[in-house]
Amino acid sequence: MSVPIHWYLLLAAAMFCIGAAGALTRRNGISIFLSIELMLNAANLTLVAYSRLLDVRTGQLVVFFVLAVAAAEAAVGLALFIAVFRQRHTIDLNRINLMRW
Amino acid sequence: MLELLWLIPILPLAGAALNGCLGRNPSKTVVTVINVGAPLFSLLLALGCLWEYAQHVSPDAFQRIYYAWTTGSSLHIDVGFLLDPLSAVMLFVVTFVGFWIHVYSVGYMGHDEGYRRYFAYLNLFMGAMLLLILGNNYVVMFVGWEGVGLCSYLLIGFYYDQPFPPYAGKKAFIVNRIGDFAFLIGMFALVAHFGTLQYTELFPRIAAQPGLVTGPYALGLTLAGFIALCFFVGAMGKSAQIPLYVWLPDAMAGPTPVSALIHAATMVTAGVYMVVRTNVIYQLAPGISQFVAVIGAVTAIFAASIALVQTDIKKVLAYSTVSQLGYMFLAAGLGAYSAAVFHLGTHAFFKALLFLGSGSVIHAMGGEQDMTKMGGLKKQLPKTYRTFWIGALAIAGIPPLAGFFSKDEILHAAAANGQWLLWLVGLITAGLTAFYMFRAVHLTFEGKFRGTHEQEHHLHESPAVMTVPLWILAAGAVVSGFVGVPKLLSLGRDLNWIHHWLEPVIAVPQGLEAGEHNIGAGLEILLVIIAVAVAAGGILLARSFYGGDKGTAKDREWASRFSGLYTLLANKYYVDEIYDRGIVRPLAALSTFFWKIVDVLLIDGTVNTAASTARVAGEVGRFTTTGNVRNYALYFFVGVILLFLWLIL
Repeated sequence: MSVPIHWYLLLAAAMFCIGAAGALTRRNGISIFLSIELMLNAANLTLVAYSRLLDVRTGQLVVFFVLAVAAAEAAVGLALFIAVFRQRHTIDLNRINLMRW
Repeated sequence: MLELLWLIPILPLAGAALNGCLGRNPSKTVVTVINVGAPLFSLLLALGCLWEYAQHVSPDAFQRIYYAWTTGSSLHIDVGFLLDPLSAVMLFVVTFVGFWIHVYSVGYMGHDEGYRRYFAYLNLFMGAMLLLILGNNYVVMFVGWEGVGLCSYLLIGFYYDQPFPPYAGKKAFIVNRIGDFAFLIGMFALVAHFGTLQYTELFPRIAAQPGLVTGPYALGLTLAGFIALCFFVGAMGKSAQIPLYVWLPDAMAGPTPVSALIHAATMVTAGVYMVVRTNVIYQLAPGISQFVAVIGAVTAIFAASIALVQTDIKKVLAYSTVSQLGYMFLAAGLGAYSAAVFHLGTHAFFKALLFLGSGSVIHAMGGEQDMTKMGGLKKQLPKTYRTFWIGALAIAGIPPLAGFFSKDEILHAAAANGQWLLWLVGLITAGLTAFYMFRAVHLTFEGKFRGTHEQEHHLHESPAVMTVPLWILAAGAVVSGFVGVPKLLSLGRDLNWIHHWLEPVIAVPQGLEAGEHNIGAGLEILLVIIAVAVAAGGILLARSFYGGDKGTAKDREWASRFSGLYTLLANKYYVDEIYDRGIVRPLAALSTFFWKIVDVLLIDGTVNTAASTARVAGEVGRFTTTGNVRNYALYFFVGVILLFLWLIL
């Protein structure tokens, strides 16, 4: 017997909400990154679940792209954070306002 | 020599440019050498070119195209010069009179602080005027046309530290612009239909196919009529015809040699030159030609009547110039183009002479121009007196001086065309001319001195540098008439040289080869005798009114006896006031309306409102751009949710 689709969906929704809440509320750049990863993986989970349910491979294929983008994003983002940290000795996003008018 | 034609206008232009490169305070000698030398070489070159041109008498004009100015699919304009019989006459008059006025100016302006500036302008003027007459198409003519207008403006306003001259300069410039506008419209019409403005292409084509221009066009006129009217309005401005003549009397605010050169001898005759140049179109527009003749005649008598009562010696001459220009247009309108050019040439000599003579008087009087304060100057200024007297005789039309021949030809043209009313107007004008000129002679040179003692003490004859040009021009005023001796007075031989010389320029359009109008020899003699009698009568009347020691008594007597008429004339028919009330002030009010209401309130208001709205929006909106990434993330998130809701609902 297989796991029903709505379990997957509920888990994914919960993960996404946790991630969104984290991304909006945390101040530490690394934590926000983790939250974003969580949201991405929630999306991945739904893709894989539907792929299984509908018996098509496209969903699993897209997941690989998402993983690749997430990895690249993490690499660039972490490099940026290191650069910012060297300048300002903090990655508290409330105190980084380079883009302010 | 002819190949050097291009140098003739370039030399004075170079003189003007060089004048500007002389550093801060060049010596007067250097300025004199450069700026009198340039017109001298122009004159010599012009004489050489004319000599060579006259050698091989052929109907072909000498034309050289120097470079293509603009090239397009439907319009091609070259810069080139054309020496044909008409521009040859003009070239001689302009370079000759121009050079001698330069010489005279050395004496007249000798003590003026603006000596150098004056000569820069004067040379620039010569260059522009020569460009005007030598150009081989209307655009080059127009460049010169505007150039002389600019120099006229600069020289009228020469004494810029006084209030009136700059005003007069502006007035001249603005009134001229009205005419220039019409001139441009006429050129556009020509370009639109022929794609060229070059005389040698345009005129033969029109003459060969008059049908091209006789079809109906705009304003109920034919194409020829429309162009002729536009060009004539242009000529009205430049040559001071009713209703655009008002700038010329005010132009007397400039230095006197300028009045002689620009506002008597050369620039103001540019309109006549232009009309004669365009004669093929005028011949195909008989209605407009008649209009030209009428305007000319009315201007002639109108201006002459104003000149009767003026007390400023230069004003008398100014109105006289307007009047004589009217004569020229009368001739041009009647189709007597060679007579118009003939009068243009003779007038250049005697009017330049009269102006320079008045300059000599003003110089001696220490700047005084009012004839009521002069009198008896012939003792102290014998040379000026004699030359002025010759000039006055010439303009009055006493044989055998120049004015007699040229005026006679115009009156003869009127009579031969059966336009007896125009003939009568011309005749009366001739009488008035003789009268006011000799009034000026008597008031200035005869009788007792009416100025202050100090002025009397300072009276002196002008130096040779001023009197020599007077004598030269006086000689011109005496002999220049002999180039156009009418058949009647040459004992059967044909000595009307100027008429034959200009014949190649006067086009003969297809179907208009009308024979010469003839009036009987007996009638012609009678008319000549009447004309001379009227002129002599005017002189004698002036003598009886103002001769001896009578001075201005007669003026006062007339002023009290016919006070209405006298005030009307003395105030120049109130034309300036009418223009002021009728045109200038409404225009100024309208401009103020457009400035204060339309521009400041409406246009600026709209633009400023738009700008301030944007600014306020920015002021408010910038608080969203905090620079805090977390705020942006929130916006993004809210946006996504809203988008999501919108998609679902």
